[in-house]
Amino acid sequence: MRWFWIDRFVEFVRDTRATTIKNISFGEEPIDDYLPGHPHYPHSLIIEGMAQTGGLLVSEAGGFRTKTVLAKVSKAVFHDLVLPGDQIFLTAVVQDRKATGAIVEGIVKVNGEILAEMELSFAFLDERFGATGLFAPEDLLRTLRVFRLFDVAVDQNGNRIHAPEHMLEAERQAAHGFELSRAVARSEPS
Amino acid sequence: MQVSEDVFSKVQAALIDALGVDDDEVTPQATMVGDLGAESIDFLDIVFKLEKSFGIKVATEDLFPKDILTESTYVQDGKVTATGIAELKKRMPWADLSKFEKNPRVQDFGDLLTVSDLCRYVESKIA
Repeated sequence: MRWFWIDRFVEFVRDTRATTIKNISFGEEPIDDYLPGHPHYPHSLIIEGMAQTGGLLVSEAGGFRTKTVLAKVSKAVFHDLVLPGDQIFLTAVVQDRKATGAIVEGIVKVNGEILAEMELSFAFLDERFGATGLFAPEDLLRTLRVFRLFDVAVDQNGNRIHAPEHMLEAERQAAHGFELSRAVARSEPS
Repeated sequence: MQVSEDVFSKVQAALIDALGVDDDEVTPQATMVGDLGAESIDFLDIVFKLEKSFGIKVATEDLFPKDILTESTYVQDGKVTATGIAELKKRMPWADLSKFEKNPRVQDFGDLLTVSDLCRYVESKIA
């Protein structure tokens, strides 16, 4: 099972706000396993979806180099259950940003109605947690493309945001490495 | 040193909200870390709530003068030197350093800040 609880970005304004959607299917394991006989989408996974939305929002401002982790769920209020067939909209709005972290307000809607409200704190890990990022840049880039982030992302002036050069370079290096390994495999006697 | 009722009640509300503690726990003498259980990430939340509530800007260095607690000019053998204490008093006039001064171990600095200190800091910013 992949630990992704959002499907796609539909709005992204640098360091300001982002909205993702998540389609809820009865075919997803957690729907029926969480409370057998009462299929619904667990609140904890909605929080995780907001953490992924908000985390990517605050990370992008640092070119996705920042080691961003969810540090605290200060508030999470749910007004209803999410059921199979629902499409949820998760909107994260940056409330505050400092060198050590950021605070994001989250609003979750279904059919235009507010389903949940939350406030999340993210920490930016420093060099004590290692020099490299939490994800390989080429892998993260591929995920961001699947999320269609760069299809909708703009800066505060409305200019399109493109994939950072360091991620594209990592992708080129990875592709080059893959081609080399294939060439070596082809040259070896079977 | 007294703090105003209004400032205290707003600081108290911020701490109750950020730390999930009861109002009777947030006394003026309570220490943020030892008594109220604040962790490092909570300070981001507390600062955000204070900024919002009082319309002020809080610099992390105001509350945690990292340089004084790490530079060899101010720290020797794990303790803040007399020069360091003087610098702390200069930068944090709102903090009661009398207890810390007696045994100024760097590792104890994190539990220095009390609710009263925080109130006086806020008052210095809104003055």
